[in-house]
Amino acid sequence: MFDLERWQEILETISKNKLRTFLTGLSVASGIFILVILLGFGQGMQNGISSQFQRDASNRISVYSGVTSKGYKGLNPGRIIEMTNEDYKYLIKKYEEDLEFKSSVYRIWSGTLNFGNESGSYRVEGVYPDYQFLENEDMVAGRYINYDDHDKKAKVMVIGNKVKQDLFKNQDPIGQQVQINGVNFKVVGVYSDPGGEREETRAFVPLSTSQRVFGGADKVGNLGFTLKPKETFQKTLEQSVRFSSEIESFLKERHLIAPDDTSAIGINNTLEGTKRFYDLIGMIKTFFWVVGICTIIAGVVGVSNIMLIIVKERTKEIGIRKALGAQPLSIITMILHESIFVTAIAGFTGLILSMALLEVVGPNLDMDFIKNPSVNFNVAITTVFILVLAGALAGFVPAWRAARIKPITALREE
Amino acid sequence: MITIKDLHKSYTMGANSLHVLKGINFSVQEGELVSIMGSSGSGKSTLLNILGMLDEADEGSYTLDGVPIKNLNEKIAAQYRNKFLGFIFQSFNLINYKSALDNVGMPLYYQGMKRKDRTDKAMAYLEKVGLANWAHHMPNELSGGQKQRVAIARALASDPKVLLADEPTGALDTKTSYEVMDLIQGINDEGKTILIVTHEDDIAHMTKRIVNLKDGLIIDDTSVKQVRALSHV
Ligand SMILES: Nc1ncnc2c1ncn2[C@@H]1O[C@H](COP(=O)(O)OP(=O)(O)OP(=O)(O)O)[C@@H](O)[C@H]1O
Ligand SMILES: [Mg+2]
Repeated sequence: MFDLERWQEILETISKNKLRTFLTGLSVASGIFILVILLGFGQGMQNGISSQFQRDASNRISVYSGVTSKGYKGLNPGRIIEMTNEDYKYLIKKYEEDLEFKSSVYRIWSGTLNFGNESGSYRVEGVYPDYQFLENEDMVAGRYINYDDHDKKAKVMVIGNKVKQDLFKNQDPIGQQVQINGVNFKVVGVYSDPGGEREETRAFVPLSTSQRVFGGADKVGNLGFTLKPKETFQKTLEQSVRFSSEIESFLKERHLIAPDDTSAIGINNTLEGTKRFYDLIGMIKTFFWVVGICTIIAGVVGVSNIMLIIVKERTKEIGIRKALGAQPLSIITMILHESIFVTAIAGFTGLILSMALLEVVGPNLDMDFIKNPSVNFNVAITTVFILVLAGALAGFVPAWRAARIKPITALREE
Repeated sequence: MITIKDLHKSYTMGANSLHVLKGINFSVQEGELVSIMGSSGSGKSTLLNILGMLDEADEGSYTLDGVPIKNLNEKIAAQYRNKFLGFIFQSFNLINYKSALDNVGMPLYYQGMKRKDRTDKAMAYLEKVGLANWAHHMPNELSGGQKQRVAIARALASDPKVLLADEPTGALDTKTSYEVMDLIQGINDEGKTILIVTHEDDIAHMTKRIVNLKDGLIIDDTSVKQVRALSHV
């Protein structure tokens, strides 16, 4: 295979025919380049959408209450429903076996946080320790609320990254006193959330503390649960749907709500959304693959055309070479060797350039729905090989024909 | 050296068939310098191409240096062309992106000769045709006469048994033509068998034998007293 003489001949031909080489190379390199960028952004979109979905635990079930829309058992419509600690305690006892994480939430929609000269309005929520996992939060510093805080109704708080930046700039917030609506709380932790800034402009305090300090009595605004996963996604989904409807009917019964009243109790089952999410990701993937494959086909057609033109252009030269004693096989290998060499070099150049671009641009790209575009290296390599192979195949047919025509016919070609 | 018997060749174009060679009988001894003449379309090039195995005859036999040339596949034909034959064309047919030296080296490349030996040998032939100083020039930097001399050097490079030249002076002015003929006569003097197709009487008379073709048949085949090209220059 490694025939030095032939390599010299090929390299000489390539270097003396720069334009031809450049055009072939350009079409291959740009094909690969476009494809990699395309697949990279496809992946980026997937990542972006995934992170939006990762704001909360992927199997979270949220329960909230609203206003009745129907009269029931002699009660008028328009009644405000408020869930209580009792509801929560009953449910966690009943489903003790099935529950993974659980928390009820008491919300102060806009609490004014004060630290020194800095202040801002944020959502403050009283929660149980499990809430960290329901919200999919990671601790950046310090710790989360724990049961001890809860029992002692401690005035401690955990703040989001953004709140920390707003109020503390570069200072260490841990151990500092921050006023929420005028009441002092000690910061014990800072968290980050995959959902980004929007999810990080919140502060959490123990549920018991919030109910006492902010006048919530035994009311809770929201219940959050996740169930322990079953063996299969399907079973998990079924269980979670069943669980949702059971708590819905329990709450309706307890609060005297008409069974068909849809506005009084709301249940948001993330898992159902997760299914839609996977369907969406699947569609995006399919779309980018289809576009990608079309790009490859276009590339293959382009390379084939160039090979046809090259062979056509070289027919006379082939005639001369044959008159001088070139074997048909040597004509074929000459053309294929050159085309494979050029497409391979160009393909890898396109690959390296596009991956470098993704590498440089990717991490700096901060859009909600495109995140960290990247491409599977194996997929990219495979594409290069496909194009090289296509170039070889496309070159083979005309080369084979050129090698077979009578030298005199080739010589007559202008 | 060359013997052909009852050679026929037709070209088919669609429904029409054009009978170009209608039974050529002819032989050439080693060391001869033969010119083939005839009016345009009489089949001179066709004959030469068949002798050069660039084209195939329909009928008849052809023996080259004792080897019967028939039913050749392209692979063997290529081998024979490389070993037995050297071509000189009216339009030179140099490879335009290769230097004079590399053009001359081409037949040697196809003989599998190493680059170094190839370059040495090609250089020797370029010296022989008086173009050693032009070895690294591209064809488009050479005059017509120089190009033809490069082509002659290339035809000689593989040391073939027979040189076939189709109107080698057809694209050259008179003076240059005579210089080229002088070169060809010199090569023939060294014993090489050479066939030249030409239109021009003066060129034909610089060979030793004139074969006249008309309508696909040899109508005349006479030995002539060779005029030395040098006497004209
Ligand atoms: N490939 C071809 N297909 C069809 N006809 C051809 C082909 N080659 C040659 N001919 C015809 O065959 C005849 C002889 O052609 P050839 O080239 O042998 O003539 P020639 O004697 O060399 O003429 P000239 O002096 O013009 O070169 C011509 O009529 C030409 O048109
Ligand atoms: Mg002719």
